[in-house]
Amino acid sequence: MSNALLKVSGLKKSFEISNGMFGKKKSVKAVHDVSFMIPEGKTFSLVGESGCGKSTTGRLISRLIEPSMGEIWIDGEEISKRKESQLKGVRKKVQMIFQDPYASLNPRMKVRDIVGEPLAIHTNLSRDERNKKVSDMLEVVGLSEYHADRYAHEFSGGQRQRIGIARALILNPKLIIADEPVSALDVSIQSQILNLLKDLQAEYHLTYLFISHDLSVVEHISDHIGVMYLGTIVETGPKEVIFSNPQHPYTKALLSSIPIPDPRMRRERIILQGDLPSPVNPPAGCRFHTRCPHAVDRCRVSEPPIKKGEGEDHFVACHLVD
Amino acid sequence: MEVTKEINPSITVVAEKKYSPFKEFWKNWKKQKTAFWASLFILLLILIAIIGPYIAPYDPYEPDYNATLQGPSQAHIAGTDEYGRDIFSRLLAGARISLSVSFLSVLLGAIGGTILGLISGYFGGWLDRMIMRTSDVLFAFPDILLAIAIIAILGPGLKNVVIAVSVFSIPSIARLVRGSTLEAKETVFVEAARSMGASHFRIMLKHIFPETASSLIVFISMRIGTAILAASSLSFLGLGASPETPDWGAMLSLGRDYLGTSSHVVMMPGIAIFLTVLAFNLVGDGLRDVLDPKTKNE
Repeated sequence: MSNALLKVSGLKKSFEISNGMFGKKKSVKAVHDVSFMIPEGKTFSLVGESGCGKSTTGRLISRLIEPSMGEIWIDGEEISKRKESQLKGVRKKVQMIFQDPYASLNPRMKVRDIVGEPLAIHTNLSRDERNKKVSDMLEVVGLSEYHADRYAHEFSGGQRQRIGIARALILNPKLIIADEPVSALDVSIQSQILNLLKDLQAEYHLTYLFISHDLSVVEHISDHIGVMYLGTIVETGPKEVIFSNPQHPYTKALLSSIPIPDPRMRRERIILQGDLPSPVNPPAGCRFHTRCPHAVDRCRVSEPPIKKGEGEDHFVACHLVD
Repeated sequence: MEVTKEINPSITVVAEKKYSPFKEFWKNWKKQKTAFWASLFILLLILIAIIGPYIAPYDPYEPDYNATLQGPSQAHIAGTDEYGRDIFSRLLAGARISLSVSFLSVLLGAIGGTILGLISGYFGGWLDRMIMRTSDVLFAFPDILLAIAIIAILGPGLKNVVIAVSVFSIPSIARLVRGSTLEAKETVFVEAARSMGASHFRIMLKHIFPETASSLIVFISMRIGTAILAASSLSFLGLGASPETPDWGAMLSLGRDYLGTSSHVVMMPGIAIFLTVLAFNLVGDGLRDVLDPKTKNE
């Protein structure tokens, strides 16, 4: 792979929870040893069911929450242990797009101020210069200058997400962390926003960390995919390999859940038994063994090593893959 | 059989009207009839506070020993007090004192309480515990007792009344602001601002404070009524304005000796206090109905 813009290795995060004043302290292992890298200008998607830690991973990389362990390299800088005051330069390079376009825009601010806020924080531009940039950026994301004087609640969900994208882009960032950016939108709007994200990527040479539970969305936008289960990445590789030749049983099950828009087509669906185990005490050995249809004794005791799959960038964490 | 209603086929065309929070507020405010009239009354009071001395028929300090303790008449529409001073003129002059004392003390209390509440709610931890436990201690005193204690330390006088009333306003405002801050801190747009690298100060000022503003405005408007009452009580007790000052509370205090013979001396400032406090409370109620997000969705 070419030079990595984002490199994450051994990232861990556990949240302390306590049961009442005298209860025993427990910890939720939300993210457990996650490593991956994203080459510049590419899109890496984290997929998995809700509660698997994909959003937490995104928030760790943007340093909205403190990592417990591990390294985060962004554009050649290690940021996992930096204090907030030392993060300003990095924050300029990394911007986020949030899932809920209704909640992520301040309802009491005009679009002009929402989109211009990163400029107000990171640059010394005058108000007029900022407004000029905001107007330009609104055009880029498919809105118009006259939208700038309105409040966020006057827009539809898709338009709001465009505002969120404009805000993320205005500082010319390198990395965009998009946390389920389309899952709150109608399907018809989803593709518009995804295409917009793709066009912007080509135009501004952006790198995306794309977090989603929706495989059809991920297939549309990704170059590489990481499949997460209970805080760990179980399989990672180029999109084509993951979709055509998945190795990990969990990936297979996930892929079989994508609906095929053809009623005559038959295929076997893998239905996983049981629920996602609690991350407070995750299963020993392979974390997936409680729901895995192929689990053997070895899976219950030892953690699976990361094995090379098909091609150079394909890795699987499963005992049963050779 | 139900009669089928004719469905109006015309589609209402929504005009491209520019939204403005102030227009929206004004529209809802006019619907609050009682509060609307109460707010007009307060505007009138503010006007009186400004131009009162110029329209007063007599000098509020000028005694007239030929006309002491006269009941309301054409010459003195609210009567005269024991020194023959015109009570109506004194009420007009007193409006300025009452309003400025209460506005100033609530304003100071609101500034202090908001800053403490924002810090307490936003940063949490030991700062939060320290600020909140201190206000718990202040809460344990009845308001007026606390004010008396503060004046006992500082000495009587209107300036110290302002300080006393603002100090006992601080804890309740701090607690209110802290509550809204805790709520606002968890919103996604605050998280978004953090991810952009906004400073704590910026987040508090631009994103959290506006969220607390509406409940703060409601509380302040109610609190002004309380402050007028508290300031009057302190003056009544002789801890605030000096007796010759045309302060409503001081007037009450002077008049109480003549309660049996010339009750108007007490009645007139009493009514003024009553109406003013009532008006502020009604405005507060109305503001809450219009602004408070919790009661908004009916």
